[in-house]
Amino acid sequence: MSQVSVVPSENSGLANYHFFVRKLHSFLGVFPISFFLMEHLITNSLAAISPSLYDTAVSRLQSIPFLGVMEVLLIAFPLTIHALYGLYIVYVAKNNLTRYCYTRNWTFYLQRVTALITFVFVLVHVWQLRIAHSLYGLEISYVTMQNLLANPWWLAFYMIGLVAAAFHFANGLWNFTVSWGIVVGEQAQDFIWKLCMILFLISSYVGLTAIWAFIQ
Amino acid sequence: MSDRYVSLKIKRQTDPRKPAYWEEFKIPYKDKMNVISLLMEIQRNPVNAKGEATTPVVWECNCLEEVCGACTMVINGKARQACSALVDQLEQPIVLEPLSKFPVIRDLMVDRTVMFENLKKVKAWIPIDGTYDLGPGPRMAQKVQEECYPISRCMTCGCCMEACPNVNNKSKFMGPAPLAQVKLFNSHPTGAMNQEERLDAIMGVGGITDCGNAQNCVKVCPKQIPLTKSIAQLNRDTTIHGIKRWLGR
Repeated sequence: MSQVSVVPSENSGLANYHFFVRKLHSFLGVFPISFFLMEHLITNSLAAISPSLYDTAVSRLQSIPFLGVMEVLLIAFPLTIHALYGLYIVYVAKNNLTRYCYTRNWTFYLQRVTALITFVFVLVHVWQLRIAHSLYGLEISYVTMQNLLANPWWLAFYMIGLVAAAFHFANGLWNFTVSWGIVVGEQAQDFIWKLCMILFLISSYVGLTAIWAFIQ
Repeated sequence: MSDRYVSLKIKRQTDPRKPAYWEEFKIPYKDKMNVISLLMEIQRNPVNAKGEATTPVVWECNCLEEVCGACTMVINGKARQACSALVDQLEQPIVLEPLSKFPVIRDLMVDRTVMFENLKKVKAWIPIDGTYDLGPGPRMAQKVQEECYPISRCMTCGCCMEACPNVNNKSKFMGPAPLAQVKLFNSHPTGAMNQEERLDAIMGVGGITDCGNAQNCVKVCPKQIPLTKSIAQLNRDTTIHGIKRWLGR
């Protein structure tokens, strides 16, 4: 523009990628993480139909070629980036619910709370099943899950973790539609948010059905 | 009439480096008072609720009709203008605090220079100055005018900054107000000639991606500016601009 920039630019080094990193965080949340979550919940809910169906589904997934590479590239790596940058996003907010008690401010807050719960949940969940499977040869089956969830503390932990992840997923999807400028108008944003909350209820239901199936 | 009082609790600070403290006041009630007239009463008779003489409370005000934004403060927990805060509609004691997202100069007076700096950062103007007459610019559609007018009412009062959870001392987020101005100037047919420069300006640190969609801004804006819609539109514009910029390097 005709005038020389008055404020010195803060952008240098990593800061040049500020826009890209935030968009990457948002993108990874939808693809592949949301897709993986949906697949995971549906597979688990097979346990509600029959334990043997669940076991065959698990063994079929375990027979995917290049499974290790796929798991690292499509699950572990995106999750790590999303989680690390997400922790920074949680840190940088200064919540003010007591003063500005609006629905959207609540979901903003809950998005961050469920982020932290899901973070801990996923770490423990991956450690006690996937890592234990690799390191100690723990067999992933209906019976393994049944034994784990027989403990009421683990059961509660899994239920809370599941609902938190489902909310973070569904509300995050709404955030995605706004942050990428897909949904612009206020009424459209409201409508999509309601759809996302229905998605939250559905995904919680599917997930809890699976947990319920393991404690039968 | 004289036996009715308005009770007032003010968060005070004698200078930026001193700690803040609370002081209570009891002001004789008059009909149709607003928060400014309460503060003027204290200025006239600087005595606190305990009857001790004190220093008059410092605040800023100018237009007294909610168009300049100078008297913005936190009143009963919410950021708003003192001139349009009517005593009859407020719960007592009326609690006054300075805006917390800006450096306090004294009492209720804060330094909002950062808001002007942000306007400069995002180039919230249309460059038409030159050495010769450029002639008339392109016409602006009625529909666009109507969309833009509400955004042009922004008085940089800072309510949106105060209510935004992502505007704080840990973050560099410029806040909703300058973003809406980018939407305003990019919508103008002459301003649109420089739209990429404004989009670039909000794609760095403290820019649009620091918005977390808490959407408090649109709730507290005294001028009913469609802040969230403007930000969502800019999300779309910056996304497209970012992709084009990268592919067209």
